Amino acid sequence: MPVVSYHGVSYSLGRRSILSGFSLDVEAGETLVLLGRSGSGKTTALKAANAMILPTAGEVLVDDRPTTAWDPIQLRRRIGYVIQEGGLFPHYTVAENVALVPRLLGWPPAAVETRVMDLLKKIGLPAEEFGSRYPRELSGGQRQRVGVARALAANPPLLLFDEPFGGLDPLTRLELQRQFIALRREMGKAAIFVTHDVHEALFLATRIAVMAHGSLEFIGTPREFLNASTAEARMFLECLHAMEVGDDRQSAP
Amino acid sequence: MIGSLLHELLTLTTQHVVLVGVAMLFAAIIAIPLGILLTWHPAWRPLTLEAVNVVQTIPSLALFGFLIPLPLLGGIGPHTAIIALVLYALLPMLRNTVTGILTVDPLVRESATALGMTAAERLRQVELPLAAPTILAGVRIAAVTTIGTATIAAAIGAGGLGVLIFRGLAAVDGVLLLAGAIPAALMAIAADRGLEWVEQRWSRH
Repeated sequence: MPVVSYHGVSYSLGRRSILSGFSLDVEAGETLVLLGRSGSGKTTALKAANAMILPTAGEVLVDDRPTTAWDPIQLRRRIGYVIQEGGLFPHYTVAENVALVPRLLGWPPAAVETRVMDLLKKIGLPAEEFGSRYPRELSGGQRQRVGVARALAANPPLLLFDEPFGGLDPLTRLELQRQFIALRREMGKAAIFVTHDVHEALFLATRIAVMAHGSLEFIGTPREFLNASTAEARMFLECLHAMEVGDDRQSAP
Repeated sequence: MIGSLLHELLTLTTQHVVLVGVAMLFAAIIAIPLGILLTWHPAWRPLTLEAVNVVQTIPSLALFGFLIPLPLLGGIGPHTAIIALVLYALLPMLRNTVTGILTVDPLVRESATALGMTAAERLRQVELPLAAPTILAGVRIAAVTTIGTATIAAAIGAGGLGVLIFRGLAAVDGVLLLAGAIPAALMAIAADRGLEWVEQRWSRH
């Protein structure tokens, strides 16, 4: 049974269609990357999974139940969510930020504390040193890691990532992408990951879904994507080849 | 002579503090929840803020005068003065509550919602704490203004340090005038500094 299943999902604001006829399944253990340019509807598709957006047509099933039938609060507490810069609460310490969802779920304080210690250790920001710091005392990469730890805290079966590594320098970015892959291997969760970066998509995805003008244009493994023949997928592939052209120009007399 | 003036000064200062304190309390009880409501209902915002703004433009002596003939609310004495002071204190607190909540980083608000906070949890645990320094700045402005305006309350028999000022004016007695004005000014400075200190402690995060 898929963790999330989109069935002909459309979403429009007034007369403007943002997402139309979007269908796909996300299975446990896979990382589905939604690749598209700004305005392609990828973030809207992501937000339909945790009822931040309710479809105007079609439905999104989470655990076989449409998002419209879920209590949105209960649904969101079992889906991790990471955005750029982590969206951390500036008035909460690192430990308080990570503890958020378990606390909302009413875990006993001792269990919350153990969980926070474990997670902070796992992301390489041990609680003894980082637990009582505030987000503004961290680097961008560290904040992002805390955002990931916060999303993982209540052990949700599904994680949503909205361009989480967007604002980072390339070295930090690579480090976090590697950590992402390591965490995924260890935890076997389903993830939907939104990006406009084709390199990131190829590096992280188990499957890539290319979106254009609110529709799903191509879906397949990274290997299949490299041979895709659809228009938008070709455009993204050209971004990869553009760098090779750069090499040619340098070697020309 | 000096002794009785000191005694009177103490009584009038106490009256002044009570006038300001009660007015500030009521104004906060009205303005802060109303400000929160306005962030939920943007359609009501322009009209409400404009109405409160207009009240602010009425000269204070005139406002006291308007209130006197009103049944129940009006009349001579401290309660009429308190109503006028509440009306004046509303604007800064209301405006700062609205601004404080609306300027919370949208990404922070989005992640609060997306991680499964209810609207009430988000308000209490995220929006209000983050807006607190701005709201408090509004309280501070209101407090300083109210301490000054409350001196005019003596004109409608509400007591307070204004009594000395009005008597000083009538008798062309500079000492009496200063005996009313200096404690009022000191009180305003103390309120300003005190609330500034609280504000800084709260916004350290």
